[in-house]
Amino acid sequence: MTSSVNSDILLGVKARGSLVRDLIGIAVIVVAAVIGYLLFPDNLALLTRILAIALLVLALDLVTGYCGVATLGHAALFGAGAYAAGILSAHYGINDPFLMTLAGLVGGAASGLLCGAIMLRAHGLPQLVLSIALIHLFHELANKMSSWTGGSDGLAGIAPDPVFGMFEFDLYGQTAYVFGVALLLIVFLSLRILVRSPFGMLSRGIRQDKLRVRAMGASPSSVLIRMYVISGAVAGLGGALNAISTQVVALDTLSFTQSAEALVMLVLGGTGSLFGALTGTLIFMLFEDYVSAANPFHWLTMVGALLIAVVLFAPKGIYGTAADYFALRRKAKP
Amino acid sequence: MSAVFEVSNLKKTFGGLTVTDNVSLSMMPGDRVALIGPNGAGKTTFVNLVAGNLQPNSGDVRLNGENVTKIGATGRVRRGLVRSFQVTRLFQDMTPAEHVALAVLQRDGRATRLFGNFLTMPDVMAEVAALLGKLGLADLAHRRVSEIAYGQQRLLELAMALALKPKVLLLDEPAAGVPQSDTGRIEQALADLPTDLAVLMIEHDMDLVFRFAKRVIVLATGAVIFDGLPADVTKDARVREAYLGSYADASHVA
Amino acid sequence: MQTVFSIAIDALAYGMVLFVISIGLSVTMGLMRVVNLAHGAFAMIGGYIASYVARDLGLGYSVAVIAAVVLTIIIAIPIERFLYRRIYGAPELTQVLMTIGITFCVIGIANYVMGPTLKTIPLAGPLQGAANLGFRSISVHRLFAIVCGLVVALGLWFAIERTSFGVKVRASVDDAAMASALGVRTEVIYAISFAIAVGLAAFGGVVGAELLPVEPYYALRYMVTFLVVVSVGGAGSIPGALAACLLLGAIDTTGRYLMPEFGEFFFYLAVIAIICVFPRGLAGRAK
Repeated sequence: MTSSVNSDILLGVKARGSLVRDLIGIAVIVVAAVIGYLLFPDNLALLTRILAIALLVLALDLVTGYCGVATLGHAALFGAGAYAAGILSAHYGINDPFLMTLAGLVGGAASGLLCGAIMLRAHGLPQLVLSIALIHLFHELANKMSSWTGGSDGLAGIAPDPVFGMFEFDLYGQTAYVFGVALLLIVFLSLRILVRSPFGMLSRGIRQDKLRVRAMGASPSSVLIRMYVISGAVAGLGGALNAISTQVVALDTLSFTQSAEALVMLVLGGTGSLFGALTGTLIFMLFEDYVSAANPFHWLTMVGALLIAVVLFAPKGIYGTAADYFALRRKAKP
Repeated sequence: MSAVFEVSNLKKTFGGLTVTDNVSLSMMPGDRVALIGPNGAGKTTFVNLVAGNLQPNSGDVRLNGENVTKIGATGRVRRGLVRSFQVTRLFQDMTPAEHVALAVLQRDGRATRLFGNFLTMPDVMAEVAALLGKLGLADLAHRRVSEIAYGQQRLLELAMALALKPKVLLLDEPAAGVPQSDTGRIEQALADLPTDLAVLMIEHDMDLVFRFAKRVIVLATGAVIFDGLPADVTKDARVREAYLGSYADASHVA
Repeated sequence: MQTVFSIAIDALAYGMVLFVISIGLSVTMGLMRVVNLAHGAFAMIGGYIASYVARDLGLGYSVAVIAAVVLTIIIAIPIERFLYRRIYGAPELTQVLMTIGITFCVIGIANYVMGPTLKTIPLAGPLQGAANLGFRSISVHRLFAIVCGLVVALGLWFAIERTSFGVKVRASVDDAAMASALGVRTEVIYAISFAIAVGLAAFGGVVGAELLPVEPYYALRYMVTFLVVVSVGGAGSIPGALAACLLLGAIDTTGRYLMPEFGEFFFYLAVIAIICVFPRGLAGRAK
């Protein structure tokens, strides 16, 4: 009897601990956003792009890190969101930034449903091949439907209205930046809730042992499909943010390279952790900006070398390795 | 009272090899049945057929009178047929509390809820604490499974199965791989199983079988060769032949 | 009729080139269970070497082919030793990351060393022009590619079914632990198979340069094509790979002829459809 009382107390401590981590996470994002604003006031476009890509990487983390599905086609969901938001503005003249963001969410979720349903037909190598084929298919389709998407010239004519009718999307990108930070905060908090929820726990179970999950009476494929839809919604939000802030949708948003880079960012930061996804995106994107400005020719070589180095020396990613290190130190100190 | 679990004429072949040959059995609520048989008798295949991980070539599996032969493993679990595994299958980086909570939530149809931390759900946590307490795992509730002893992992498997509130429980060698010093706890847990639960235990350890089962079924080369009281099983000529014969055959392997 | 015939010859040639390049991938995947996304990079390296030897050094086509195969294998040996060996038996995601990292590096280096332009490999005299079949004339190079594919298929079949090396390979594919317990040095088998696979990739890269032009993004552009051959044909299955190559060659070539404006759209659609219908591959035994 005493032991069960004891465990009740422990439970409360644990629940409070994760709330503290939520608050720390929010504080870190806000502080990083402010520092970014102060350090690069002339390059807010880059920072906003980092925010958009961070949403894509978070989305990828949901299916790869939490559910264990390896995919090289996740930019399909990001691009679908971008085109959905862009087409709403460029073709239908609906320029409200919130409606455009919503369109991105819906577009991403719909393509997530489609991609998820297809991806779950196979496992292992065939599944990976499906993901690559899907991103190429989306790319070809967007290229072909140029009357809707602008084809390889990109979709132009996106003109979002001021936020709340007051804050215009200015040339310096201040509004877009604040809009993006707010979006990331909302998504981050929602995902923190999601990964702690029963559903999030079940997904982690599926990554580790599908047979066990089935023996509990839960169906892994229905969980995975739902996760794909949620992931699509998050990636779609990222795409919409990209469309709103740059006011153009390039065909590149739907590319294999974008998908592969998102995976690199995730692994660089550490899979299966939202903080890892954010860390990886930030480091990769700043690194990309620096290296590709200095020497664009070597960019791909550097990414390749970085990947090999992560696999060999830090398989848990930067955040995962750092977290382990601090956890060990904390254990060593009683 | 009608049978809660019924298997009739179950048959499974792999290629030309018949591994389950017209097996029939039925169980009432509260039954304690042990399924034994020499190595290679087809016990594990039988469990997989019954649990829905394999499809039989012919024959039926019925739960509470409902034919579930065409229903997959997850559907059978939801209808009250729960199994454990011969080698524990747990989520290594999760805690016992998380395992049991997930099972409780799954049973209630809440496992796919997108919000709410179960650590703050009083009803779930009360059940988790009660189950873990009953099996002596309360102190380990928040350790990672990879850090706890194998015997405790076996108990956790049992806790998960019980959290699903099964009507029929299939235990695939519940004490396999557990050091002798820890089997007492497991045996105690088995003795404390709900009295209205029908339990089918696959087991090698004859001492455990005799202490646990009220009825013994012997499987040899895929077929039932004995179904009766534990006291009679050692006297049965066919059982003796199956075991001693196979030991004689298999002596070079051992 | 003319069109159908041209499509058929092109499809056959294309399928055979695919086969030569991807069969090595299929065998190594069956053997080492490594998801190797960098296989196309080795075919590309072969193409570049051949182009350099034949065009820039002015040596003959046959010298170029041999140089490409040998040098690509020499380049691949340290990569196998220091990078691939680390990921045998690792989780799929790790293998994907490592091999895509290798691919990116190869592309970046190729771009730097050889420049972003398309490289041609001048054909030997007898391979140029067309052969007259009486009722129709076809490009000799296409015939050459088809013959190369057949020779590789027969040669591999013989090597795997009829030689002691093949016995060891098959044993290692079925059960590596058992094979090594029986005294097969699986590391050596892996290394040799990897070298053969890379050599075949380089050979295919050279022979197929007319159909799959050599440029820095080659390794990414055809990555899915090579991988799909393995996942459709089933890892380690020669007949499966052959069937998959001919099928995919037919789909791709027909699509290009009849609906060039759709680019690769139908090819990818077909890939998705085939995998959805046969998630375990045509042979049905890929795990």
